Amino acid sequence: MNDVRGGRPMLPGGRVYRIHWVLGTDRLRAVCHCAAEREFDDPVGLWQWLLAHPAGHEQPQPNRPSRQSAQAFQLRPEIKEEMS
Amino acid sequence: MSSMPRDQWYVAAYRSEIGPELFSRTICGEPILFWRTRSGRVTAVPDRCVHRRFPLSKPPSRLVDDQVVCGYHGFAYGPDGRCVFVPGQSRIPRTARLLPYPLAEQDAFVWVFIGDPARADAARIPRAPYLDSPEFTTVAGMEPLKARFSLLVDNLLDLSHETYLHGGYIGTPEVAATPITTEVDEEAGIVYVSRHMDDAECPPFYAKSTGLAGRIARWQDIEYTPPCLYKLHSRIAPVGSAPNPDGTDPDAFHVEVVYAITPETEHSTHDFWAVARDFALGEEEVSEFLAENNRTVVLQDVEALNVLEQVISAERDGYQELSVNIDTGGLAARRMLQRQVRSGQTAPATA
Repeated sequence: MNDVRGGRPMLPGGRVYRIHWVLGTDRLRAVCHCAAEREFDDPVGLWQWLLAHPAGHEQPQPNRPSRQSAQAFQLRPEIKEEMS
Repeated sequence: MSSMPRDQWYVAAYRSEIGPELFSRTICGEPILFWRTRSGRVTAVPDRCVHRRFPLSKPPSRLVDDQVVCGYHGFAYGPDGRCVFVPGQSRIPRTARLLPYPLAEQDAFVWVFIGDPARADAARIPRAPYLDSPEFTTVAGMEPLKARFSLLVDNLLDLSHETYLHGGYIGTPEVAATPITTEVDEEAGIVYVSRHMDDAECPPFYAKSTGLAGRIARWQDIEYTPPCLYKLHSRIAPVGSAPNPDGTDPDAFHVEVVYAITPETEHSTHDFWAVARDFALGEEEVSEFLAENNRTVVLQDVEALNVLEQVISAERDGYQELSVNIDTGGLAARRMLQRQVRSGQTAPATA
């Protein structure tokens, strides 16, 4: 997380979702409370992935975050509605 | 379907607004009558006589010895809402009662619970202790907003708009240009958005109030507990300064900007704002400057959101808007509010 400005955790809870805007890029890094993480270029797709926990939240691979486009996820209708 | 979450605590007023006179304010579509009794306690009951619904806050309704007397037919109620007088008869019907709202006075605010009173737990009310702390000096106000409260939530969760809407006051180029970190604790019900600008232009709002000249470190840490309380922890310091490991931060100026976002109706909102500072304590000139400037900033938002409300009200259903990186926190807040709306629609706990 050294490349993320202001990236230190602020909320102490055990089920906290964290989203870092990766410095110098247009990308967002989502970190689930289960430690899975993934990069996105769109916050709507990002939330769909986070809130789908545990679906698609494989163990993180250090130093090699996977990349995923929003379209690759099956959108749950209730999440779609909540974001509108 | 209502967009205003029920079974929630809302700020109804500043404590200083409620005295020994009748005071009415509509919260989530419910007109509520307040007054401070002779014992100093605030009471909150529906602002409608049970008889023919005449507003008890409207003259010639009046307060007589801690009893409110309806100006239409003379029904009288005590501070607990019980009817104590019915004109022309001695029997008081069992249903002649105004059901009191759960209420709490905390941190300069009067909070009321909108929903099923059996679900009211005052321990859930979020805190803003700076507002009546002797270690801070606070200026505050409230502006009526002719827009749905979710538009103000969107506005406050994304401060990049400061660069464009509030240029010359609190906006500088760095606000919109600096990436944010967003955290969401769904169990605790908190959305946290952090923007730390380590080398930024000092906007007039902070230059004139702190005396800092040139570039500054400017940190904005938003802590929103939906639906009502929003806190912006603002840290202003010389470039290169950081808080000590023990949490002390002697080189910095701290400003706690607090909003209470209270729906009045589906399409109007009470926009409570307060600015608490830990410097220039008690200095009237600084207070006047911050009050005037913050009110100007709030009114810039009000003007923009009033326009936006008209636009949204007139558009077709299902309009697809666009969200980008700066909206990450706002999207989280929307989701939390939607969940609160749904949970407030369940059957009453008292049923």
